[in-house]
Amino acid sequence: MNKKGRFGEFGGQYVPETVMNAVAELEEAYNKYKDDADFQRELEELYRDYANRPSMLYYAEKMTKDLGGAKVYIKREDLNHTGSHKINNVLGQILLAKKMGKKRIIAETGAGQHGVATATVCALFGLECCVYMGEEDTKRQSLNVYRMELLGAKVVPVKSGTATLKDAINEAMRDWCTNIETTFYCIGSVMGPYPYPEMVRDFQKIIGKEIRRQLMEKEGKLPDCVVACVGGGSNAMGAFYDFVNEPTVKLVGAEAAGRGINTADTAATLSCGSVGIFHGMKSMFLQDEYGQIAPVYSISAGLDYPGIGPEHANLWKTGRAEYVPVTDEEAVCAFEYLSRIEGIIPAIESAHAVAAAIKLAAKMDKEQVLVINLSGRGDKDVYSIARYRGHNVENS
Amino acid sequence: MNRIEKCFEELKAQNRKALITFITAGDPDMDTTEKTVLEMFDNGADIVELGVPFSDPIAEGVTIQKSSLRSLKNGTTLDKIFAAVDKIRSKTNKPLILMMYINTIFAYGTEKFFGVCKEKGIDGVIVPDMPYEERDEILPYAEKYGIININLVSPASKELIKTIAADSKGFLYCVSSNGVTGVRSEFSTNFDEFFGMIKVHASCPFCVGFGISSPEQAKRMSEYCDGVIVGSAVVRIMEEHGSAAPAEVGKFTKSLSAFKDTM
Repeated sequence: MNKKGRFGEFGGQYVPETVMNAVAELEEAYNKYKDDADFQRELEELYRDYANRPSMLYYAEKMTKDLGGAKVYIKREDLNHTGSHKINNVLGQILLAKKMGKKRIIAETGAGQHGVATATVCALFGLECCVYMGEEDTKRQSLNVYRMELLGAKVVPVKSGTATLKDAINEAMRDWCTNIETTFYCIGSVMGPYPYPEMVRDFQKIIGKEIRRQLMEKEGKLPDCVVACVGGGSNAMGAFYDFVNEPTVKLVGAEAAGRGINTADTAATLSCGSVGIFHGMKSMFLQDEYGQIAPVYSISAGLDYPGIGPEHANLWKTGRAEYVPVTDEEAVCAFEYLSRIEGIIPAIESAHAVAAAIKLAAKMDKEQVLVINLSGRGDKDVYSIARYRGHNVENS
Repeated sequence: MNRIEKCFEELKAQNRKALITFITAGDPDMDTTEKTVLEMFDNGADIVELGVPFSDPIAEGVTIQKSSLRSLKNGTTLDKIFAAVDKIRSKTNKPLILMMYINTIFAYGTEKFFGVCKEKGIDGVIVPDMPYEERDEILPYAEKYGIININLVSPASKELIKTIAADSKGFLYCVSSNGVTGVRSEFSTNFDEFFGMIKVHASCPFCVGFGISSPEQAKRMSEYCDGVIVGSAVVRIMEEHGSAAPAEVGKFTKSLSAFKDTM
């Protein structure tokens, strides 16, 4: 068994032979630059001056009082440039692509947050950018499609399969196989073949490092619990990673349960899935008995994915992290709750983490601290939430 | 001896090259699949690849993607394909290969899968999303049951070509040009260089596939190697003619096989 890039039994490099050389080149480049002082300095400057890092750690006093349990802090990744944590990873990968001499960047996107971040950084670096997006998602997130085009990217609607995130990844992989010599595939989450899960996590782990430092300044202690939403799992991996070896810190991932884990309309991979091999990795997937990947559903285009990153699968299997399902209805209630109580409109993805945190914080002691990683802002979701609630607002 | 190895030995003795054809099993239905496989063998195919439809075939172009979808909509499963192979085996002793995605094998249970392959008379598997580097996922079980895992190389494999070619069995599947399956009007690969390197290192016969759709292309490409693989062009006939396709595929196979007689 190829033991490279494994997290326990999960991970690996299950991709067509055609892309193996590119994967090997990427691995070599990443290993060269990850400890390179100049590369890291350049990346830190971009994080600070372009992406607006460090993101704030905000004490949600009203929410804390209302819930009557743990002190709730919110890690404001929604305040980053482009409105989500996705920019952290994209800056890292595209800086790497530039060092590797690649001229063309491709990416997949679900909600559009990764696509927008990729289009943004390609504009900054003057690189050609092509974003694959499920046709269904281009309708749910039409504003983000226009945003990417405004930034100079080409957006390709993907009609195959369920026309959502997984199909966008399929199509990006097909493009990669075809244009392997010129093209860099900027994967948006901690998934795909090694080294992506590790590399994306490394570009996101700044979230957890900042949480540690900022909370130490404010409370003089580590958090008791860190909560994040999980689709592929990049914001959660970024928030968790610095605390994996701190046994007192409880790590909780919120999965999208859609209409419920007892229905077929769900995307809760760990609650309902089984081990499989897909999209370059051995991990947990929603699939039928013959290994056909299941059509999944969530109100959130960004969590609408039938798998999860291999490092999460291992954290789940070993019991180091806990993963809870959150339904559409719970997420929408949390979306409204955070908007009203703290004046922060979260992305519907991040609202899944808020919903899980509401339940957890209420049961914790007053001297304990819970941190919610608020991965993105909710402007993009206002129209679909209004529609979910039956309000008649114009999408213009 | 495995039927694939025996096939290439016989062809070599006759100084002929191999024609390998592909259809997706269960497109449009399993009866048509059985008939089409036999038609292909009767009209000059030496080996047939049966595609096991997968929900997300990332290495396929649009033609095979659509045929996989048609097949899945008709309720095709691996067990139903094995049942069809059983019937085909009662009528022919030529090599049969399953072309399938790694998750289909894994979900079935890797050891159980290769056990059933042996029982039903499958001779090899091609797994396009399992690179040589991850072969240990299936190889111990494939070898235990005498099923050949067909390796793939592409022009982008570069230096890896040497290692893979030197460690192959049955035949080496050479991808004509980087990309997914499907018809190509032209190839950008430097074939002399690509096949030159393969020839020096190959431990078994090597065949070319991806994008070969006409008798002329098949003849031209056969000059570089030991055989030619035609997939999407056959699948397009299945798409056009449905259950009336076997006879049409037979005619097409015959026209493709012309190159075998001009050696």
